[in-house]
Amino acid sequence: MIRFEDVSVTYEGAAEPAVRGVGLDIPEGELCLVVGPSGVGKSTLLGAVSGLVPHFTGGLLRGRVTVAGRDTRTHRPRELADVVGTVGQDPLSHFVTDTVEDELAYGMESLGVPPETMRRRVEETLDLLGLTELRDRPTASLSGGQQQRVAIGSVLTVHPRVLVLDEPTSALDPGAAEEVLAVLQRLVHDLGTTVLMAEHRLERVVQYADQVVLMAAPGVPPVTGTPAEMMAVSPVHPPVVGLGRLAGWSPLPLSVRDARRRAGALRERLAACAPPPPAAAPDPEPLVRAQRLVVRRGRAEVLRGVDLTVRAGETVALMGRNGAGKSTLLSTLVGLHNPSGGTVETGGAVPHRTRPAELVRRVGLVPQEPRDLLYADTVTAECAAADGDAGAAPGTCRALVAGLLPGVPDDAHPRDLSEGQRLALALAVVLTARPPVLLLDEPTRGLDYAAKSRLVTQLRELAADGHAIVLATHDVELAAELAHRVVILADGEVVADGPATEVVVSSPAFAPQVAKILAPAPWLTVSQVAKALEPAS
Amino acid sequence: MTALPFPRRTPRTSGRADPTAARRTADAAAGLPGTAGAPAAPGRARAWWRAPQAGRANAVHAGAWWVWALGLATAASRTTNMLLLALVVAVAGYVVAARRTDAPWARSYGAFLRLGLAVLVIRLVFAVLLGSPIPGTHVVVTLPQVPLPHWAQGVRIGGRVTAEGLVFALRDGMKLATLLVCVGAANALANPARLLKSLPGALYEAGVAVVVAMTFAPHLVADVARLRAARRLRGREDRGVRALLQVGLPVLEGALERSVALAAAMDARGYGRTAAVPAGVRRATAALTLGGLLGVCAGTYALLSASGGRYGLPVLLIGLAAAMAGLRLGGRRSVRTRYRPDRWGARAWLVAGSGAAVAALMIAATGYDPAALDPPAFPLTAPTLPLWPAASLLLGLLPAFVAPAPAVGRAPAKEDVR
Repeated sequence: MIRFEDVSVTYEGAAEPAVRGVGLDIPEGELCLVVGPSGVGKSTLLGAVSGLVPHFTGGLLRGRVTVAGRDTRTHRPRELADVVGTVGQDPLSHFVTDTVEDELAYGMESLGVPPETMRRRVEETLDLLGLTELRDRPTASLSGGQQQRVAIGSVLTVHPRVLVLDEPTSALDPGAAEEVLAVLQRLVHDLGTTVLMAEHRLERVVQYADQVVLMAAPGVPPVTGTPAEMMAVSPVHPPVVGLGRLAGWSPLPLSVRDARRRAGALRERLAACAPPPPAAAPDPEPLVRAQRLVVRRGRAEVLRGVDLTVRAGETVALMGRNGAGKSTLLSTLVGLHNPSGGTVETGGAVPHRTRPAELVRRVGLVPQEPRDLLYADTVTAECAAADGDAGAAPGTCRALVAGLLPGVPDDAHPRDLSEGQRLALALAVVLTARPPVLLLDEPTRGLDYAAKSRLVTQLRELAADGHAIVLATHDVELAAELAHRVVILADGEVVADGPATEVVVSSPAFAPQVAKILAPAPWLTVSQVAKALEPAS
Repeated sequence: MTALPFPRRTPRTSGRADPTAARRTADAAAGLPGTAGAPAAPGRARAWWRAPQAGRANAVHAGAWWVWALGLATAASRTTNMLLLALVVAVAGYVVAARRTDAPWARSYGAFLRLGLAVLVIRLVFAVLLGSPIPGTHVVVTLPQVPLPHWAQGVRIGGRVTAEGLVFALRDGMKLATLLVCVGAANALANPARLLKSLPGALYEAGVAVVVAMTFAPHLVADVARLRAARRLRGREDRGVRALLQVGLPVLEGALERSVALAAAMDARGYGRTAAVPAGVRRATAALTLGGLLGVCAGTYALLSASGGRYGLPVLLIGLAAAMAGLRLGGRRSVRTRYRPDRWGARAWLVAGSGAAVAALMIAATGYDPAALDPPAFPLTAPTLPLWPAASLLLGLLPAFVAPAPAVGRAPAKEDVR
């Protein structure tokens, strides 16, 4: 269905090709997953299927890409629109019209599908994706998961034979991600749609894949194989694979179910080891205190009577579905929203009554899109500005960047940095003012496993230094690695608040893979298991 | 073209979604005003004369709202009587209050009102500073006059400000403001995107560009808000002009990036696919469209100018017909179809008709009662409310009763927007 013949793509002005020597053959009705660290050209590979590379992005494509027999060299993206449906990373930038129903119909209108057929397909797609309630809603008012489903629906109505998805679940909470994946699986199984997708969160998708295309490093030709084969050699892999490699299982399990069947022996071995000690009791001094906090946006109450206390040295993970009020809670803690009830105190100040220049010394927030924090056009200028804003000695911020992530180029534009580098820069900018309280909103979105584990190390060090850290995240693995405590928000209320082990192990949605495999024993991460097994082996 | 072989989650009998039907029934049972008339709960007499609840299926055609609004605007343009102008604003405002939804485009009405007010104020300020050609005897205040060189004869800055001049400027400004309010009302009541759906196929691509541009404005506003919040996180003040200026560049950068991403998405979704059309048809299209537009221009000129009143109308009509034919032929190049275009039903006729009637009656009134519609500014007199023109304006209220009513007490469709 999709065939790459010795394809290489070189963008204008680039010395090296973005991808090189790609030879692929993806048959009809397969779910094919593109795997690799960031910056290896996954998006380029996906773009070449829909013809956007090189027709839209520019650059030079050597070799031949055919989709359903059509050569992308002679067919522009619009002429492939009836066979290939593409959904990019940001669903909002995909929307052309302003309401859900029109958005679903837009692609069919462009292709000239008869009105009766359009109507029928829109109704079917609304049902298929569970969007019936939202049909008249403006697209801008939807939550992240809803937007993603509408974006997928908007290309499904055309009945494309190939679906290309770039990070479809990264922005979604675990529940919404499973919904999207279930839909994709139904498409593959029932309609024979070919799905090609790239995703960093392998723990969510790898068990559904029929084929994995592994792009191990930039410039290295990709390798194709079954998921189990590829995961055995992949530099990026989900925790279940990590555990399987550790325990020496072969073939590697890809799903929690497979792993549980094999884990009997491992569980017995671990029963002898002491379970990981509960996190050390942190300093009793509370740095963040919110009591019966109520925040309204317009007429909607986004937070209702939320209590939250965070102590110095403690890391708290805020979890909950999209739209549960996590971001609003973080914003309120830095004074971006005025509470309409209750009290809030961060780092000893009432945030919404404190001048910004003073508040940055007490609390720092890295927003969901770290780029929003960055204005200057080079890293050096950005750091100088941060020193100026915080009143720190010149060079403070640059030193922090170097400490967090060596090798960030001085003269690069912040926009051109990789996701991990940009996050490190934003984190350094925030830390320049030495706030004792650090808030991060969805920090692992778009990060590969290497960047994520660096972030984990950095945040652990900061917590050990006595910072109070609050992260809002959908990434259960990150929460399991880092958090002392997990707070689950639902509909603006706190529904669970307790030590990470207890909250996470007892919840099917928020449990990390290792906990699911080794339940009921309270193991959360591969590194904990590895550490416990070390003295024994 | 096969159907997706999935069971529907909710059984459905009509085009509308079930939850809405359920809500309708619930609302009707609760006795909420404006919601009855839809299928009512059993055992309840249904009030057939009440407007049904608005939904996509029964939405009044966007064109009908524009005809109505332009009718009111035409009526407003025929008079300088302040009472009549105020009545036009009141009529438009009442209909908007009664029938607008809480969709994003409906919120623009307030902006149009403020714009109208600004126009009024600017007109008054100019009248005070630059004087007025209207002779007047009631001097309100005398400003110091700026001496100007002789070549600037006829221009005056400062000097006498007369009550007559002020009243004249006020009437003039009010007329402009009323026109703006009428346009704002149409904009609030009809989804502009739907109006563009009714354009002929040849204009479709231009229409999409306009729609995209319109959805960009709210995105820009959201970006500015987000980046101002981010300034606060950097420890800078988020208020004031300077803050706004400093986020300007990142906002524009973001908008540019988004438009590039959107262009890619649109291309990948088939925007701009064209059908092969024979060369003869293409040439005929070009000739008809160009010729038609020329005819329209010439005809309009002739109609407006004093001399060529006789052949103006025929030329205009012929030009219009040619242009329409050209557009129709041009539509053959576009393969696109339309999803659920608004239907022009009985309610749309009533809405459009009420606007047209207001305009027609007002134009007729200029014939039998010109003095009341255009009272002289000099000498100063209090305006009177002429009975028949005022009554005819009230016809414009009809849409507030016949157009489908928006749902009552619907929660704002705003969530934790990311």
